[in-house]
Amino acid sequence: MTDVDRTPLRRHRRNRILIQVACLAITAFVAVPLYLVTVAAFATRASLDRFPLSLLPTDLSTETIGRFLASTGILASLGNSLIVGFGALVLSTIVGVPAAYALARFAFRGKDSYQLFLLFTRALPIVVLSVPLAQLFLTAGIYDTTYAVILLHAALALPTTILITASVFVSVPVDVEEAARVFGCTPAQAFRHVVAPMALPGIAAASIFTFVLSWNEVLGASILTLNRRTLPAQVLTSLNESPLAFRFAGGFALVVPALLFIAVMRRWLTNMWGTTIR
Amino acid sequence: MAEISIEGLVKTYPGGTERATDDVSLDIADGEFMVLLGPSGCGKTTLLRMLAGLELPDAGKITIGGRDVTYQPPQDRNLSMVFQSYAVFPHRTVRDNIGFGLVMRKTPAKAVAEKVDWAAELLELGPYLDRYPAKLSGGQRQRVAVARAIVMDADVLLMDEPLSNLDALLRLSFRADLKKIVQDLGTTTVYVTHDQGEALSLGDRVAVMRSGRIVQLGDPLAVYDHPADRFVGGFLGSPPMNFLPATVADGQLAVAGHRRAAPAHLPDGDLLVGIRAEHIGIGTDGIEALVEVVEPTGAAVLLTTRVDTEVLKVSAPPTFRARPGDTVRLDLAPDALRYYDAETQLALEQ
Repeated sequence: MTDVDRTPLRRHRRNRILIQVACLAITAFVAVPLYLVTVAAFATRASLDRFPLSLLPTDLSTETIGRFLASTGILASLGNSLIVGFGALVLSTIVGVPAAYALARFAFRGKDSYQLFLLFTRALPIVVLSVPLAQLFLTAGIYDTTYAVILLHAALALPTTILITASVFVSVPVDVEEAARVFGCTPAQAFRHVVAPMALPGIAAASIFTFVLSWNEVLGASILTLNRRTLPAQVLTSLNESPLAFRFAGGFALVVPALLFIAVMRRWLTNMWGTTIR
Repeated sequence: MAEISIEGLVKTYPGGTERATDDVSLDIADGEFMVLLGPSGCGKTTLLRMLAGLELPDAGKITIGGRDVTYQPPQDRNLSMVFQSYAVFPHRTVRDNIGFGLVMRKTPAKAVAEKVDWAAELLELGPYLDRYPAKLSGGQRQRVAVARAIVMDADVLLMDEPLSNLDALLRLSFRADLKKIVQDLGTTTVYVTHDQGEALSLGDRVAVMRSGRIVQLGDPLAVYDHPADRFVGGFLGSPPMNFLPATVADGQLAVAGHRRAAPAHLPDGDLLVGIRAEHIGIGTDGIEALVEVVEPTGAAVLLTTRVDTEVLKVSAPPTFRARPGDTVRLDLAPDALRYYDAETQLALEQ
């Protein structure tokens, strides 16, 4: 068996190693800054000024992060951010899921232009959108409330919510829905008992999108609020003048809740009941 | 359990120009197994879906057990259905799939459990009750779909090509199982298929459909023996019925150059003669034919022969040997000859 041409096998192995390397590189691209921010947020202030900077967590202290969290407005704005994130998530789901279902199941006049129009709403810069909205909310009396930011973020998230969930509804076979009807469901029951559970991964994906979008959105939130800032808006305004250590603490506080949320939603995302939905 | 009456059902799909069902009327007796047979696009599935309430007719009337259900929603018709794609719920265990309809009907949990166990035993699903459908084979999923349908004690059982996604061996064995289960249940059943073998083996009666109309309705063997027109003869049976041009003159019937006494009811002129492959004998006398293909099937040898320009399928005994290019003499059994009008292709009545 000496005359076997092993070149393709070697090429195959080399490619697999290259893929592993690429995976590691991409992971490092995301993980290294996260690690550095975390280390800096939990380091003593003195160790941050030292040169050369230690890359290992040597001088651990909760002093910086403690003082950051204790400073005025941070905890309140963290609460605001959570309220706005989940509020936008709930609102965009309630409005977006029926729209997505209609797009997926029914043929209607103007369906294609409707889908295009949905994307156009994202073409407007948030600044352009926010100033007239601020005017509107002032008149309506909800300026500087979490409701105002929830409305803005839900509107920003709706196109993705609708398009993501619509594509999942398309993949739920009509047969299954019809089976539910024949076996005694009203249309609403068929949706609740059969279609919605099957579409859950898509709805989860859309909600991750919405939450992260809302968590990171800073421009609109800054324009629409004065005192009830969300965390990014608060951090942006207050940390500009803060010492370096507090900026790291702010970055850490911004990243961690979003990561936790994604970690929780991830299990709903792809794998359910031992199978990926077709 | 109930009888079904369909009167003048018309349905045209939005955007379509041809009628999917064109003024179809059909009465199905209580407990009868009715097969709707036809090529794809003949309207058989549309008819079934209108029975189920998944499509609404443009005109006509459907009554089940004397109750007008024409425009009733599916959940109010008390029927159950087996889908071609099985349509089992992937997010529910086999147990919850089978019990789904009963739970929706708010049946007490104990009664649901009993029914599910009964159906699971009947369909040999006992070991799989707590699995999810993704962990089952296609045949097992099909059994779940049937179990889910039979626990309902519905008035009518609808089946939309339930065997078409199974592999050939499984299809044959499950066909017999299905026939036994439905016989024991005694439920009125409407079964849609494009497979003529299923239609012949399962149905109490067969309705052969084409272009939205029922072209022949009757006992499967009667339909097989006496096709009402050339289409039915060509669709039913494997191989399909052979058709040869023939002429009648002076009380003599001439088929491919051979003359015999014509039956008295045939008018003079051109006509078509139909004959099944198994009714053609191979002998020393008769129509000369050229063998083109020889296909041993085990139980018989199927010959494709050519007589002038016409192709004739002949079923020869399994011991028969021939090679392509051989010449054989074919003997058409007189009793098995069927006569069709050359123009309309309809059977010429006795």
